[in-house]
Amino acid sequence: MTVPAPTPDRGTVDPVRRRPSWHAATVAEVAPETPRSRRIVLDVPTWPGNDPGQHLDLRLTAEDGYQATRSYSLASSGTGTRLTLAVDRVDDGEVSPFLVDEVAVGDAVDVHGPLGDWFVWRPNTAATDRRPVQLIAGGSGIVPLVPMVEAHRAAADPTPFRLLYAVRTPEDVYFRRELGVAVDATATAPFHLDVVHSRRAPEGATTPAGRLTRSTLADAVFPPADGALVYVCGSTPFVEQVLTWLGELGHDTRDVRAERFGGS
Amino acid sequence: MASFTRGFGGRRRPQDDRTPPGQTLVADWPVMSAGATPSVTPADWTFTISTEHGQRTWSWDEVHALGVEDVTVDVHCVTHWSKLGMAWRGVSLDALFAEVDTSLGYCMVHSSGGYTTNVPLAELLGGRSWIAFEADGAPLTPEHGAPARLLVPHLYFWKSAKWVSGIEMLPADRPGFWEDNGYNMHGDPWKEERYW
Repeated sequence: MTVPAPTPDRGTVDPVRRRPSWHAATVAEVAPETPRSRRIVLDVPTWPGNDPGQHLDLRLTAEDGYQATRSYSLASSGTGTRLTLAVDRVDDGEVSPFLVDEVAVGDAVDVHGPLGDWFVWRPNTAATDRRPVQLIAGGSGIVPLVPMVEAHRAAADPTPFRLLYAVRTPEDVYFRRELGVAVDATATAPFHLDVVHSRRAPEGATTPAGRLTRSTLADAVFPPADGALVYVCGSTPFVEQVLTWLGELGHDTRDVRAERFGGS
Repeated sequence: MASFTRGFGGRRRPQDDRTPPGQTLVADWPVMSAGATPSVTPADWTFTISTEHGQRTWSWDEVHALGVEDVTVDVHCVTHWSKLGMAWRGVSLDALFAEVDTSLGYCMVHSSGGYTTNVPLAELLGGRSWIAFEADGAPLTPEHGAPARLLVPHLYFWKSAKWVSGIEMLPADRPGFWEDNGYNMHGDPWKEERYW
């Protein structure tokens, strides 16, 4: 892959523009991810590749032609044709209960993508811009951040990375193995992980369970003077609260990249 | 050509002929923003239209004095949700452009916080767009664009810029923020003009 030239006024690079289109996909693997979510690996032979942080539209078609389409963040990136999703069960939903409880290996779905060129991080493009990268996730908001962490590790990218991950209990941590691998590789790809448990902390934890506060946030992110590029993903109340606190703590939130899900 | 998904379709959301293709009706109102939520008060707020002849700026009270309308419209977000029959209050863009002289045909809509989106002028006129202050009987909340957002309900909702601050008239169409990040220049939900 060629590395595009930096675009100075944006502090980022021109995306590798892959035109989104429809692709036929087959479910290749399913596995529980957390008690309420499932990892789904899709085999998409015509997929053109995607950048860390991008998403796709997934469309299901019933035998009578009825269709439903939803957007999902991709937990994978790169040029491969196997795509990883992690779908959280929305109990009164129409699509997510089907994906979490019913869809099986070999089933056919359609996907449209790759989508979105804003909530994206690309490795090895920061030679002129050594801003550290601060990732902040609430619950399933971790999904689009995981491929950023993995691409950073795989590229041995020297950009300092920190991830603050807010979950309810230890069982609610997504992509535990992948995050652990990134922590272990910090010598070549600097990465620091803080997990905040709101309801129950792991046994033997030195920090008791408790909701994220402005003070715990302040302790777990790069200081404002570092000028980190911030990505925040989670529910709308989570993202709004985090961005408000970051502003109060003196962070420049003008170019924060945020993804929210759900209503206010 | 769609792939049929075995066993799908058991629990369906209500359908309605006001729902464009690929959309699902929602009861709540999802919040979609690319960054932080700006804080703007009515006292701070102004709206500016800049043209080849200069700028015209209205205060909060001056915009309201142009005549506030009640409109009930359906909104359609490119992320596949639609909300039908929303009650809005706002001032028609026809009323603002009646006080502006321009022969330029394209608009770049600007917001506090730096967001931009493009709409051809013809699509903002003729009773098709408003500067909106209230939705569903209450002033807009900050995350939904307070104190004022553009309302262009016949296009996908990213065109209805939150925290709207003005319009820059242009001689040719140019991409705004999402249009530069993978989304369609026009955005008609009935034609599913979602992406590039």
